[in-house]
Amino acid sequence: MLTAEALQALWLTLQLSTVVTLILLVIGTPIAWWLVQTRSWLKRPIGALVALPLVLPPSVLGFYLLLAMGPQGPVGQFTRAIGIEQLPFTFWGLVIASVFYSLPFMVQPLQTAFEAVGKRPMEVAATLRASPLDAFFSVALPMAVPGFVTASIMTFAHTVGEFGVVLMIGGNIAGQTRVASVQIYDYVEAMEYSQAHSLSAILLLFSFLVLLALQMWRPQTKREV
Amino acid sequence: MIRHIIHLCAYGIFVVAANAQAAEIKVAVASNFANTLKEIAVEFQRDTGHQLAITPGATGKFYAQISNGAPFDVFLSADDETPRKLAQEGKAIAASQFTYAIGRLALWSPSPDLVDKNADILKTDKFKYIAIANAKVAPYGQAAVQTMQKLGVLSKIEPRVVQGESIAQTFQFVSTGNAQLGFVALSQIFENGKIKIGSAWIVPEEMHEQLKQDAVVLQSCKNTSACQALMDYLKSEKIKKMMSSYGYK
Repeated sequence: MLTAEALQALWLTLQLSTVVTLILLVIGTPIAWWLVQTRSWLKRPIGALVALPLVLPPSVLGFYLLLAMGPQGPVGQFTRAIGIEQLPFTFWGLVIASVFYSLPFMVQPLQTAFEAVGKRPMEVAATLRASPLDAFFSVALPMAVPGFVTASIMTFAHTVGEFGVVLMIGGNIAGQTRVASVQIYDYVEAMEYSQAHSLSAILLLFSFLVLLALQMWRPQTKREV
Repeated sequence: MIRHIIHLCAYGIFVVAANAQAAEIKVAVASNFANTLKEIAVEFQRDTGHQLAITPGATGKFYAQISNGAPFDVFLSADDETPRKLAQEGKAIAASQFTYAIGRLALWSPSPDLVDKNADILKTDKFKYIAIANAKVAPYGQAAVQTMQKLGVLSKIEPRVVQGESIAQTFQFVSTGNAQLGFVALSQIFENGKIKIGSAWIVPEEMHEQLKQDAVVLQSCKNTSACQALMDYLKSEKIKKMMSSYGYK
């Protein structure tokens, strides 16, 4: 039922979403923690900046990334200076774009989870002479595990659903940048509706299962709290 | 008083009549022709009073939308096959179909001396990416592939080919410098009979199948006379001249 190119697109989507989720776990955790702990005036501007991709049209993000990562753009000049030729039209270009695009889906659930942990456990840990870093890893992190699960699922799913940004900076290269959503668009444009159907049905089913999993996960976390 | 009422009625009839005459025509147009059509729309409104609401996009996408009931009145396709198909399916009026323009392909770069007269650049490694329109669906993309095949460079270049969703996006990839050169529509880089910026090779017509672009009135057209007026207008000498200054034949 699925053609080789559809499978390749699905596999690529899977790789992209996995890499982006892992990177965002590393980047998003300190940002979310900082947003919860800080009293700096920067808290609100940074919070707004993180949330920006939620409301920004993907075409805006894609357009600016294309300009920024191009040979005349600041990112493009930087990558050239450190010896990376060019980011648009490459897998890693998509990874960077998706990290921006999915950032709020990682940071915001984590922020909520860290807020739910509250100050008290950290203070207790401090009286037991745990260093802040130690307290974070042995107290806050384990308590926020449900938040991490939610954040990771949301980030992964949102990256799977990415389309506009990829269309603008991907260049539609098989195995490199032609992800499932772009492949579907291609099928529709080529009037190959049956292929479009099978791939679309898979994504529809996937998205539903993800949301279902999140729904089932939620009451459980309530009971834990 | 009565005179006032008569006046008002007369005025009302006049307004209604004027509205019936000046219609808005919703035109779905292939990306490569969108800019030219915008210029034509100004003239068209001046000459006939009718307004054009222009939606640019990829021809394949329009096919999907129109066959699913998109409320366009006229379709200016990038090929001659899609209008025919729509007519066969009863979505367009077969008798109205005609070739409004023949497109020309150009190999283009914004840098002034990258593209040479014989397109020898294609045989070199002086570029990292070359952009073309989606070769599977866009006529300009297919023409680009045929040209590279004919030059005998396709297999060598293929790993460096990136594809734009439409010819507009292909142009965008090149103009932002992300691809060093690309096969675009001549109309995108041509104005008043010359290349606007950068360097280009106007692809000789025998390198690829002719880029026949057909127009057709859609079944959903409400104001038939206005739609027909646009079709006639596109055939006029005045517009033919305008098109050729944009690089169409």
